[in-house]
Amino acid sequence: MPEPESDIIDQVVSQDYKYGFSTNIEMEMASIGLSEETVRYISKKKNEPDWMLEWRLKAYKHWLKLDEPKWQNFEYPKINYQEIYFYAAPKEKIKLDSLDQVDPELLKTFEKLGISLLEQKRLTGVAVDAVFDSVSIATTFKDQLREKGVIFCSISEALKEHPELVKKYIGSVVPQTDNYFAALNSAVFSDGSFVYIPKGVRCPMELSTYFRINAEKTGQFERTLIIADEGSYVSYLEGCTAPMRDENQLHAAVVELVAHEKAEIKYSTVQNWYPGDKEGKGGIFNFVTKRGLCEGAFAKISWTQVETGSAITWKYPSCILKGDHSVGEFFSVAVTNNCQVADTGTKMIHLGKNTKSRIVSKGISAGKSHNTYRGLVKVNKKAIGARNHTQCDSMLIGDRSGAHTFPYIEIGNKSAQVEHEASTSKIGEDQIFYCNQRGIGTEAAIGLIVNGFCREVLNQLPMEFAVEAQKLLAVSLEGSVG
Amino acid sequence: MLSIKNLSAEIDGKKILDGLELEIKAGEVHAIMGPNGAGKSTLSAVLAGRPEYVVTGGTVTYMGKNLLDMSPEDRACEGVFLAFQYPVEIPGVSTTNFLKTAVNQKRLYNGLEPMEATDFLKMMRQKMELVEMDKSLTGRSLNEGFSGGEKKRNEVFQMAMLEPNLAILDETDSGLDIDALRLVSNGVNKMRNTERSFVVITHYQRLLDYIIPDFVHVLYKGKIVKSGDKELAKELEVKGYDWIKNELEAAV
Repeated sequence: MPEPESDIIDQVVSQDYKYGFSTNIEMEMASIGLSEETVRYISKKKNEPDWMLEWRLKAYKHWLKLDEPKWQNFEYPKINYQEIYFYAAPKEKIKLDSLDQVDPELLKTFEKLGISLLEQKRLTGVAVDAVFDSVSIATTFKDQLREKGVIFCSISEALKEHPELVKKYIGSVVPQTDNYFAALNSAVFSDGSFVYIPKGVRCPMELSTYFRINAEKTGQFERTLIIADEGSYVSYLEGCTAPMRDENQLHAAVVELVAHEKAEIKYSTVQNWYPGDKEGKGGIFNFVTKRGLCEGAFAKISWTQVETGSAITWKYPSCILKGDHSVGEFFSVAVTNNCQVADTGTKMIHLGKNTKSRIVSKGISAGKSHNTYRGLVKVNKKAIGARNHTQCDSMLIGDRSGAHTFPYIEIGNKSAQVEHEASTSKIGEDQIFYCNQRGIGTEAAIGLIVNGFCREVLNQLPMEFAVEAQKLLAVSLEGSVG
Repeated sequence: MLSIKNLSAEIDGKKILDGLELEIKAGEVHAIMGPNGAGKSTLSAVLAGRPEYVVTGGTVTYMGKNLLDMSPEDRACEGVFLAFQYPVEIPGVSTTNFLKTAVNQKRLYNGLEPMEATDFLKMMRQKMELVEMDKSLTGRSLNEGFSGGEKKRNEVFQMAMLEPNLAILDETDSGLDIDALRLVSNGVNKMRNTERSFVVITHYQRLLDYIIPDFVHVLYKGKIVKSGDKELAKELEVKGYDWIKNELEAAV
């Protein structure tokens, strides 16, 4: 049953990243490397209040004391933090009132990615806060949101307009001292999104941010903060692509969510950063800290992610279920090909009574890649009646990839009900042949089978995102079976 | 329609087909019978282009083209359909979605636009009636949790949707109770016409009471050793395959 396997690898290896390009735009940069001066420079550039600078410095000082974590299931080249530019902003020429004033080069970039802001604005009704190399360039649909009292802006803007909200919530879910990369982010974060949904408001549209890494050697450190006040609802979409680069680029974002009583936050991500060439050279390192706090009773936080890009993905969107009857969900698809590594999963921390969590993780590994699910379900002493259901499915394509599962369960209350299901499968030759016999070529067959495998997760995504994600899955695995 | 000449094939180095000859004209139904291990399923696999089977000699001409040169999906798009003996399960993919992909791939191959959703659903409804298939099956994951009978009916349903020129039924009767057998056979019979040919591979004469063949062939040790009309199937039923074996050995 001969060559298919070797063909698989050949073809996998010949697969190039389809979104590789870079934009020529005048950049304003901090000097290279990281020091207290860099932190001060960034804070000053952004005209931040003193407390913010102090907060950053505290993070920086803590970071100096930390070592990079070593517990992960992969190795990566040592990052030299003195060779990274920590701040790059397109030079500000004029204040922008509309998209027409945006640098046409920039708009072209978005168009190449198929996410033209103009189109978005006109057709989709999705408000977009576009983060281009650390500084927000354009924000749309502000007025409609303002009517409802929804605040959706960049963190920098929020620091100016709503400092009290930022001060109250930033670091409340992911403290500066949380972990190595969160501390780094806290010290040097350049921008990100801020969302506040007032009491009882259902956000009238899906909020969406497209991130992009552009300047060479520029680490990107976004900070996202979303607060859903009592009884409110918001769905937030985050999607990413990145231009081709030779050197590894570090991305260490922090996302904090706070859901008050009876509030619901749905956070969806499609991540397709440059995964590196066939040897894995030049891909993005994606070391992200994402955490949500169900602060009040009956609050709900739901993470959905489709991860296809990056050389290394390292993220564990988590929920702290503090409010009684609060609910946490995690739906994940992680695809790795060639030399990619994904170490991803979630933590569900049950603190309140009758809290519920659900985890559905689908990992797909092709080429020589490794895909790890790492999850923790923790039930606190006082969390009476906590329930969790975890389902972890892995799919292998070819015979040189790996799937790993590390489910940790810590139960401190006897009334807890925790279930864990896991499966590993291989795309069968017989499945592919069956599709072939119906006229479906092998590439399309893989797409079909993989999308079927991920259906439970894809169903969680908003419609237009789900379509995009389906295409992405097929593209990511093109040529993965001969 | 199909001309097989001196066909030999092996799997894992083991010779299964050994100089097989078969001529099929448009509109004909040929039954292939034979004992276990004679090469019946190998024949269907080779015609469909299953990669594990290696053709070591001979030719297969299908509608004037060299079939063996084509990829499995091209053969399918050219109108060769195989109803599998063991239909494969594809979790998470509905029969509807699967067939939509298949129908549109075939249309693409033939230079046609993808089918409009409403037209497609209309076609689904018509063809479902043809095989008296339960609507609920089309929404479920392909073949997952289907009973043996449901799987086989789904195969015939797919055949109806893809409207092949040459349909190969590989032991479609195996594992069917008498009611399912009748439904499946009715579906096939409704699809018979002067353009479409069938190769019906079966162990038992029983199926041939429902699908009346124009020709019956006995396959033994990789070649066709006896051909006749439907009466041959009945004779086999009475005398068993030993009759053929003994006759052959006597001839040596």
